[in-house]
Amino acid sequence: MAADLETAESVDEAGNQALVRAEDLRVRSGKLEILKGITLDSRRGEILSIIGPAGAGKSTYLRCVNRMAELDQDIRIEGKVLLEGKSIYGAGVDVALIRRQVATVFSVPIPLPMTIHANLTFGLRLQSGSRNSNEERVEAALRAAYLWDEVKDRLDEPARNLSGGQQQRLCLARSLALSPKVLLLDEPTSGLDPISTARIEEALQQLKVNLAIILVTNNVKQAARASDRTAFFLFGELIEYERTGKLFTTPRDPRTADYISGRFG
Amino acid sequence: MFDKTKIAGGIFQGLSALACVVIIVMVAIVLGNILIHGLERLSFGFLARAPEAGMTKGGIFPAIFGTFALVLLMTIAVIPLGVATAIYMHEYAPKRSRMVHVVRLAIQNLAGVPAIVFGLFGLGFFIEFIGRGMDRALFGGRLVYGQPAIIWAALTMALLTMPTVVVATEEALRAIPQSYREVAYSLGATRWQMISRVVLPQAVGGILTGGILAISRGSGEVAPVMFTGAAYFLPELPRRLNDQFMELGYHVYVMTTQSPDVEATKPILYSTVLVLLMLTFLLNFTAIMIRARIRKRLRYGR
Repeated sequence: MAADLETAESVDEAGNQALVRAEDLRVRSGKLEILKGITLDSRRGEILSIIGPAGAGKSTYLRCVNRMAELDQDIRIEGKVLLEGKSIYGAGVDVALIRRQVATVFSVPIPLPMTIHANLTFGLRLQSGSRNSNEERVEAALRAAYLWDEVKDRLDEPARNLSGGQQQRLCLARSLALSPKVLLLDEPTSGLDPISTARIEEALQQLKVNLAIILVTNNVKQAARASDRTAFFLFGELIEYERTGKLFTTPRDPRTADYISGRFG
Repeated sequence: MFDKTKIAGGIFQGLSALACVVIIVMVAIVLGNILIHGLERLSFGFLARAPEAGMTKGGIFPAIFGTFALVLLMTIAVIPLGVATAIYMHEYAPKRSRMVHVVRLAIQNLAGVPAIVFGLFGLGFFIEFIGRGMDRALFGGRLVYGQPAIIWAALTMALLTMPTVVVATEEALRAIPQSYREVAYSLGATRWQMISRVVLPQAVGGILTGGILAISRGSGEVAPVMFTGAAYFLPELPRRLNDQFMELGYHVYVMTTQSPDVEATKPILYSTVLVLLMLTFLLNFTAIMIRARIRKRLRYGR
């Protein structure tokens, strides 16, 4: 049966079901087709990196996975996105809950105009509705983002006093404080120096144990060194999806080969 | 011998400097004139007593009180309504919404309507239509709300100052980076949580600036209250929402045009104008202080 086949596809060699699975995801903005039928899995314990030239639809894919894309009223979404096997676009789905479970780190660090501490507890306070700030979770999130030692004595300072690299780790910690199942990163290190970049990549390696991570990056080398699987997007299509080692050594499609060797894009 | 561009530049610089000087001199003459003549009669008694002897003696306390009460009631009416309108238009309404387009057009036109028209509208709509209607429905036709009253004057004034508040609030909302809204959503905020916890704390300064402008305008306008509630002369203070009241601007108008003895009222007129100016400054100053405090408190959360 077709349905069984599809389920079988989304289970890997170790028998792990895909945590996030897009099925024939199509996205249109007006007449422009941004995603042309993407089917893609991400698993817990793995970092999936998405590479591809500008306009390939990488960021749009991320924005569909946590239901941010629909904030743009011109966007039309077709197809399915499953989180733990359940459609996140189904009727009666709590959008806010999806966004807490599927956390996002944007390409530019965007600390909210509050203290460091208020940034970290922002999401938690939305949930409980109370002012209880959950100090342990704050500390755990900061440690996981490799930021604790730098900010533990200055939690009441405005977040914008931090450096760019620290701000981005703060944004990572802010997402982690919500204990998400999936972490989406949209070019998280594009504006950062090599040391800050290394810190974030280090943090991701630790974090992936409990999470499925999807990393959109313009830096092919980052995809090669930091991810377990790599997907290559081109003009809204998924050209190739493989284990990172395999994709970078023996790409099947000539377009993938051209892109990773820097011949275009 | 002379560089033509340099001469043209010099002339332009001179002219623009002259324009500045003209403005400063004008303001200085007006304020100086009022200050010099106004201080003659200004005393505690003048501020604390009611007018006497056909307004040639006594003070202007009822008018000061009335202006305060009017501005207070107006603020209570205009801020929630104006802010809510702006929030709906900027945060809730779908983009390119036809309704928002119409509302925005209406507000722009409202800003261009002469104040006297607001006065007539207040008379026709609030007093004749709503007030009379209330009297028929609630008081068996007895005259309670169907007459000029401070509540109708305040509502008329609120209508007049509404565009100021709406435009200022929208500006403040527009100044908040879209990325803050996205972050709030991405952390699981509902739209209302996003607005109340991220957008409004950031916009409160701009919103209060709109409130301050509205207060400045409201405390100085005469035409809207002429038919809707301001009284020629009342020894008593307004105690209920349907009482009439004295208002400083209207008092100035009355003393200038209706006084039996223009020469005798002149010193009082000057002092009244001075008080009106000081009151406007005071209201402005208070609002600015409140804004500064709220801004400080809200800037970085708790």
